Amino acid sequence: MTDSPDAPQPTLAERARSGDRRALARLLTEVENRTTKGEEALRALYPSAGRAHLVGITGAPGSGKSTLVAALVSEARKPDAPGGPRPVAVIAVDPSSPITGGAILGDRVRMQIHASDRDVFIRSMASRGHGGGLATATVAAAAVMDASGFPLILIETVGTGQSEVEVAAIADTTVVVQAPEMGDEVQAIKAGLLEVADLVVVNKGDRPGAQRTASQLRAMLGGGRRGIHGPPVLITTAATGAGVPELLAAIDRRRAEGALSDEGATRLARAEAEVRGALADRIGRRLDEPELADARGAAVRAVAAHRVDPFSAADALLGSVLSTTEHRAGHR
Amino acid sequence: MTDTLARPIKVLIAKPGLDGHDRGAKVLARGLRDEGFEVIYTGLRQTPEMIVSAALQEDVDVVGLSILSGAHMTLLPKITAGLRDQGLDDVLVTAGGIIPDADIPALEQAGVSRVFGPGTTIREVSDFIRDNVHRREE
Repeated sequence: MTDSPDAPQPTLAERARSGDRRALARLLTEVENRTTKGEEALRALYPSAGRAHLVGITGAPGSGKSTLVAALVSEARKPDAPGGPRPVAVIAVDPSSPITGGAILGDRVRMQIHASDRDVFIRSMASRGHGGGLATATVAAAAVMDASGFPLILIETVGTGQSEVEVAAIADTTVVVQAPEMGDEVQAIKAGLLEVADLVVVNKGDRPGAQRTASQLRAMLGGGRRGIHGPPVLITTAATGAGVPELLAAIDRRRAEGALSDEGATRLARAEAEVRGALADRIGRRLDEPELADARGAAVRAVAAHRVDPFSAADALLGSVLSTTEHRAGHR
Repeated sequence: MTDTLARPIKVLIAKPGLDGHDRGAKVLARGLRDEGFEVIYTGLRQTPEMIVSAALQEDVDVVGLSILSGAHMTLLPKITAGLRDQGLDDVLVTAGGIIPDADIPALEQAGVSRVFGPGTTIREVSDFIRDNVHRREE
């Protein structure tokens, strides 16, 4: 399976785009490890991406995100789904240990029923030190899946607290999952996660209090800056599938409402995050190169000794990055 | 651009067959996490097809199979054959659980690199993985 450099074989990107799932999986590894090969593939695939609906599924640990994702996949794969069954890809992010870098990625436990369906592709990702409930390479991985022909991509975040809102910057639609009786009405009006919701789901709808929680959320989320209606609040029971067809329909309505437009706020926010991410990555990698290692080391020591403040040190290093980068911009 | 970023080894820990005992698999998953591995855990009662599909989609370096049901001579060769059919010949396959010594040569013949018995330490498993994993050159 190794690609021989002298034979004119199709690249991983070409193979992934033509439906080779093994190539897609390997390409996702390259992208996740942020290798040169991964970046080259992303450059090649980028023009083919942008068609998929990226749906972020976020919420507290234990609110039922994985089960809900599995239920949404089942719904989209039903033979009698409106518009026919469509391919679905899932990115499930779990946290990395800040101590060892290791991780337990356990979201597949609830999604294994789709193992024999080649139009369902599930990939776990460790956050690898990235905050915000995602991994650094999550957007890039979604772009690869998008270019590989998955029109619906579900991105399940790390179980979040109140302020991990990064998913809203990269997803076309952000679904915030709540469990019944997780907090009083004041929780619903605090700043944070619920503010960025395009859809709010009260999951575990068969538990007592689900209706009351949904009513409270509707009352508290309406009337704010986002208009008098607030985001729709739906009730699901992911374990039985109740309410899931309605949730998928509500997700699909977002496309009809223009949420996926190239000029829309969500797509511009994602593009901005991608450009800023690439820029920060470029600068970081340049600072790691031998050419600048001495300057960086000297700056760090000077700041540690409080001879130079961190802002002046950063300005000087940015100047070095820019002056040494100019001459190489040509041979990309 | 450099490719020298630390890259955790990805391990799939899977429970083929019908036994409902996954304490050992969970302890191992947790132990490997503490050793710095990225561990994908898929839960109980996995068919060979589910395990092969998860290994392919996750592009893992290692598949660790935990089995206590006695069906290892049927299930493990099915899994190694399935991995080969999907082009995953470079994935390291290990097994653990209750597997009689007499069965080990046949399992090794079928592509299981190492069978770990009861009493194996996490360190033995993680050392074996680090020493034997096939890292793809980039």
